[in-house]
Amino acid sequence: MNPPVLIAAGGGGPIIPNFGGNGHAYACEQANRLFCWGWFSHNWSGTLWPALRQHVVLVLIAVAIGFAISMLLALLAHRFRPVEQPVIAFTSFLYTIPSLALFELLIPVPGLGLSRATAEVALVAYTLLILFRNILAGLRNVPADVLDAARGMGMSHRQMLWRVELPLALPAIIAGLRIATVSTVALATIAALVDNEGLGVPILSGINDYYFKTELIAAGALTVLLAVAADGMLVGVQRLLTPWSRGRAA
Amino acid sequence: MSSALDHDASSATGTATRGDASTALELELRHVQKAYPGSRQPAIPDLSLTVPAGEVCILVGPSGSGKTTAMRLINRMIPLTGGDILLGGRSVLERPETELRREIGYVIQQVGLFPHQTVRDNIATVPRLLGWPKDRIEHRVRELLELISLDPDEVGDRYPHQLSGGQRQRVGVARALAADPPLLLMDEPFGAIDPINRASLQDGFLALQERVRKTVVFVTHDIDEAIKMGDRIAILREGGTLAQYATPAEILDHPADAFVADFIGADRALKRLGLASLADVTLRPLNGDQPAGDLPVSTSVRDALAAVLAAGGRPLRVLEPDGGVRGLATLEAIGHVLGGAGELDGTGRPPARGQP
Repeated sequence: MNPPVLIAAGGGGPIIPNFGGNGHAYACEQANRLFCWGWFSHNWSGTLWPALRQHVVLVLIAVAIGFAISMLLALLAHRFRPVEQPVIAFTSFLYTIPSLALFELLIPVPGLGLSRATAEVALVAYTLLILFRNILAGLRNVPADVLDAARGMGMSHRQMLWRVELPLALPAIIAGLRIATVSTVALATIAALVDNEGLGVPILSGINDYYFKTELIAAGALTVLLAVAADGMLVGVQRLLTPWSRGRAA
Repeated sequence: MSSALDHDASSATGTATRGDASTALELELRHVQKAYPGSRQPAIPDLSLTVPAGEVCILVGPSGSGKTTAMRLINRMIPLTGGDILLGGRSVLERPETELRREIGYVIQQVGLFPHQTVRDNIATVPRLLGWPKDRIEHRVRELLELISLDPDEVGDRYPHQLSGGQRQRVGVARALAADPPLLLMDEPFGAIDPINRASLQDGFLALQERVRKTVVFVTHDIDEAIKMGDRIAILREGGTLAQYATPAEILDHPADAFVADFIGADRALKRLGLASLADVTLRPLNGDQPAGDLPVSTSVRDALAAVLAAGGRPLRVLEPDGGVRGLATLEAIGHVLGGAGELDGTGRPPARGQP
């Protein structure tokens, strides 16, 4: 039985167009400079910009679903301690699977195949460990005296969670979101193996082009910029949501 | 400051905060027992005591005496395993825990202010849980900040980490008083504060208590604090049994047993002097003697003794607040104070504060 061929596959495989094309239209392209601005601006609106947008969507969906699952599990583990170890074990296991292997492993799963769903399942799987650990650590790090005072003043469990524990866990939660988001931005490039979208597509195409590397460099740079921007935004969100921690000695 | 209070007392909010004993309730511990599963001795085998409405009851004792446990049983932070606790004649077991706790002020040593909320929001905690309307909460927060001598406009929007330790503790007390509870529980509230600030917080709290007259259960391990703060002191011994429950003066004059005598210390005569002021002393008339100096009549007898000793044992002139001469404080006159407790007012409160 033939192993599934993912890269540069013909017919049933994912179509990974060579955006560099064969018609080497620009001087710098013909001269094969390291970075060709002409090519870049020509392919921006048709190729790179859509890929960037797809990439953002891939990451947003993955982090949102991963966050929802992790939050649920962390709340459970916070309430019922025995839940923690199995969750840690399972999410650690997921985290240790090499990403190339995981994407491949998911293809034969019925209902997944070569699709965005496959990409998202894998991306979500990698966010769980980081998010779960950070959310749970945040909830557990709320000072005991603060909880004692909250209970002593007559807050119910639910009120303590919403009014005290979650707000105080926010810095840890957002720290987890930052790591998960940045790593998902990077990981989502590999998702192009199973889902023909995102910045991974031009990167793979660039890898396959032996001579002309502008495409690879441009898409790679966009990935890095996206990660930095997402991280910066989350820092901003944290500053907005946790005004009490501003100017506070750590 | 007082205008805000007057306004509130006459407004429809119904949260009288002045010397209004009707807002305080009697607290009765009836054969209270607390046993932890797995330990052979109960932490508290059988504790009964009654705190009259509006009085400060100090729970004091060495570690392992169950004083904090006893306090936390009252608002059911720890579940009772026997007996009953009545607040205003009504069992605390009758009602949902959260409802009960919202009616009992709670102050702990580490304060436990919410670090993510401003001073204003911290104080508003219980009123919000009770669903007070916004403007009533706002009004109440202002009033409480003024009550603890903090400027609402200056401090109200600060976060706890922007306050000094003493300020935090005062905000903790204000937060506990926010919904005007009939009972206040305080667990070593000034234990983590340095001695100088502790004394001023103690004085501040006593002045506050003069006005709000809550029933207070106050836990400490410091007998000097107990004598200073308490209307009554419950001395607990290891194993959670009550050694003596009486006013500070009674305990100092007549310690129930060797444990109490030992616990209050060898200097109990001096502590006793600290409970009286020169107003309680039968002074010698001024018969042309040459006094070595002057003392205001509000001076505690203990301080007066120190002053007389510092003057080489020579008598000091005692002055009324209006400047009139009350008499001469001599070593003999001071010594008489210890001779008979009947000469003192017996309330155990240092008369230097509050009493008109």
